[in-house]
Amino acid sequence: MTTVRAAGIVLAKELRLEFRTRELLTATVIFALVVVVLFSFAFDPTAAESRRYGPGLLWIAFLFAGSLMLNPSFAREQNNETLDALRMAPISSFAILLGKILANFIFMSLAELVLVPVFAVLYNLSLAGIVWRLILVLALGTLGLTVTGTVFSAVSAHARMRELLLPLLLLPLLTPLLIAAVESTASLFAEQPALDRTWLAFLAGFDIVFLTATWLLCDHLLEE
Amino acid sequence: MPATPASIGVSFHNVEKRFGSLAALRSVSLEIRAGEFVALLGPNGAGKTTLLRMAALLMNPTRGAVLFTNGPAVVSERVRAQAPVVRPKHAIGLVGHSTLLYDELTAAENLTLFARLYALENIAATVAAALDDCGLATRAGSLVHTFSRGMRQRLAIARALLHQPSVILLDEPAAGLDRQGLAWFSSRLARLKSDGCTVLMSTHARNESLDLATRAIALAGGRVEHDSGSDGDPRALLSTLRAEQ
Amino acid sequence: MKARSTLTALVALLIFCAGYAALFLAPDEATMHAIQRIFYFHVASWNAMFCAFFVAFYASVAYLVTGKRKWDALGVSGVEVGVICCTIGLITGPLWARPVWGIWWTWDAKLTSTFILWLLFIAYLLLRGLLEDPEKKASLSAIFAIFASLDIPLVYLANRLWRTQHPQPVIAGGQGSGLDPTMSKVLLLCLLAIFCVMILVLVDRYRLELLRNEAAELKFEIESRGPDALGVASEGAATRALQKGGQ
Repeated sequence: MTTVRAAGIVLAKELRLEFRTRELLTATVIFALVVVVLFSFAFDPTAAESRRYGPGLLWIAFLFAGSLMLNPSFAREQNNETLDALRMAPISSFAILLGKILANFIFMSLAELVLVPVFAVLYNLSLAGIVWRLILVLALGTLGLTVTGTVFSAVSAHARMRELLLPLLLLPLLTPLLIAAVESTASLFAEQPALDRTWLAFLAGFDIVFLTATWLLCDHLLEE
Repeated sequence: MPATPASIGVSFHNVEKRFGSLAALRSVSLEIRAGEFVALLGPNGAGKTTLLRMAALLMNPTRGAVLFTNGPAVVSERVRAQAPVVRPKHAIGLVGHSTLLYDELTAAENLTLFARLYALENIAATVAAALDDCGLATRAGSLVHTFSRGMRQRLAIARALLHQPSVILLDEPAAGLDRQGLAWFSSRLARLKSDGCTVLMSTHARNESLDLATRAIALAGGRVEHDSGSDGDPRALLSTLRAEQ
Repeated sequence: MKARSTLTALVALLIFCAGYAALFLAPDEATMHAIQRIFYFHVASWNAMFCAFFVAFYASVAYLVTGKRKWDALGVSGVEVGVICCTIGLITGPLWARPVWGIWWTWDAKLTSTFILWLLFIAYLLLRGLLEDPEKKASLSAIFAIFASLDIPLVYLANRLWRTQHPQPVIAGGQGSGLDPTMSKVLLLCLLAIFCVMILVLVDRYRLELLRNEAAELKFEIESRGPDALGVASEGAATRALQKGGQ
């Protein structure tokens, strides 16, 4: 069976599991909203300040929410040792990882779909004319987040204090992604919205580097 | 009726498994021929589970090798063999300590998932037949976490056998089964045996399935203590150990 | 043993010379005077740090490829020594900055990037501490070390691209810009000295880790054979033997 097809089966399973309860999605959205609101107490968002600090705040909210949401990805598989069942199946470890990465990407994207309009309303930022470009930036940034986050979920699933460990491992690693994503988003919210090609290329590069690393190391990651 | 699966044997060559400074298996060498029905006996901590998990390709030995005759080899020390390990996976089924089932999926969804992963044909029909066989057809649409322990164990066994493996590994499979479940399980095992499957079953308690055994191996402290052999009579070993336990 | 003592003595001598050179032989810098001398050790510790982290990266890859525990030992040694060098650099930085620029910290590209590096490799050490099974500890921390090492150039690049977009106040006395020839020589000497110290500490830490692994293996061997198999080798048997002798 091809890796893509196997990943698709794993993805379908992840989606089915999450959409049955929707607990994780709901919690992620609420948490990100809390972060966004909390920030509003730290400074009074005038138009100029919103444009300046808004993108940073948005991405920090995503990173925090993401690092909490990504934990159960592998932690849940320890229930009834279902990861063993997946590993015994005649599919590659990369298929398992890819399926989970894609699932997390979809969940994170759904959360962002809710959060970005809310954020735009709360901070009086207009999304007119930049929607598609914003989606591109969000997609590239979220991909980097979910690739590294899913890998570290697999890593920290074996450790004690895994809920605290995952953000500890993930957030320092993601600082380049944060910078690139914030700058790209900021240039879209500027007076003259423009797509910053340098940062976009950087984001794409980040995603490629870590996706490749994941592919090369997947067997060791899931080994017992 | 599907064709009889090709028979595959398992052999362990000086297999050692350590978890840090804890030794689960110390230099175990066994050759299990295709079609044998092996009862794996021994107290807790003897290494039965580790042996089974190694045969299931869930872990690599620290030293030594686990080989499948009529199949590609799996060697230790992180050196993967030339041939991919994928083929033996098709032929192996494990019933482990845990159910290996997703509690938040229905019985049918669980089986369908694994049917897809093993690339089976006529998935809907296969799943329906499997559920019917283990007596869970009426609960096909119920979430697994609503099942009783006996029902979960039955489903776990059905899941392990869904892809018609040639090598069947069972880790205390009778645990949690009620009398009806045990009867079904025994008849299922008898069918597997007559199909020529290789069975490796670890068990604590006396149950009728042990009558099917062609060989008994007793482990203690990670080593093989007694082995009735491929051509020997396992009953002597089984009866003496039954008395102890 | 003799070779090691000689080597240690040589390195000690080297560091002493370097220190002396930095403090007394190097010419006084025009604007910063004495405090500038910290620059020799500050720069040297960055170089040592990068070398140590590179060793850790190489060792992590080697461990995953070969599965030999010695590479894991080298990996953790590299990270620990690297973190120490990084800490030295991060401390000497503010110590230098405060008297010269009046500020303890500046969020300039290099310093920020290095701080993130420090956080990343501290996370590595934390991860190791929280994993119990030695095999998992080795392979999972190797994976993390590889990810962290791949991130290093990205961190520096991102910070540089970003900081140049937002012009920073020009800081006087930029290091390395047209160094006086004597200063260059002293710098080279300090680089060499610190590098040698780093290698020495790395090797020691590596040997310590190997010894720890060996001790654990021996303990395993003793326990697996049972208390009586080795005669008086175990404490219990020795005590019993003594008690018997007393009677």
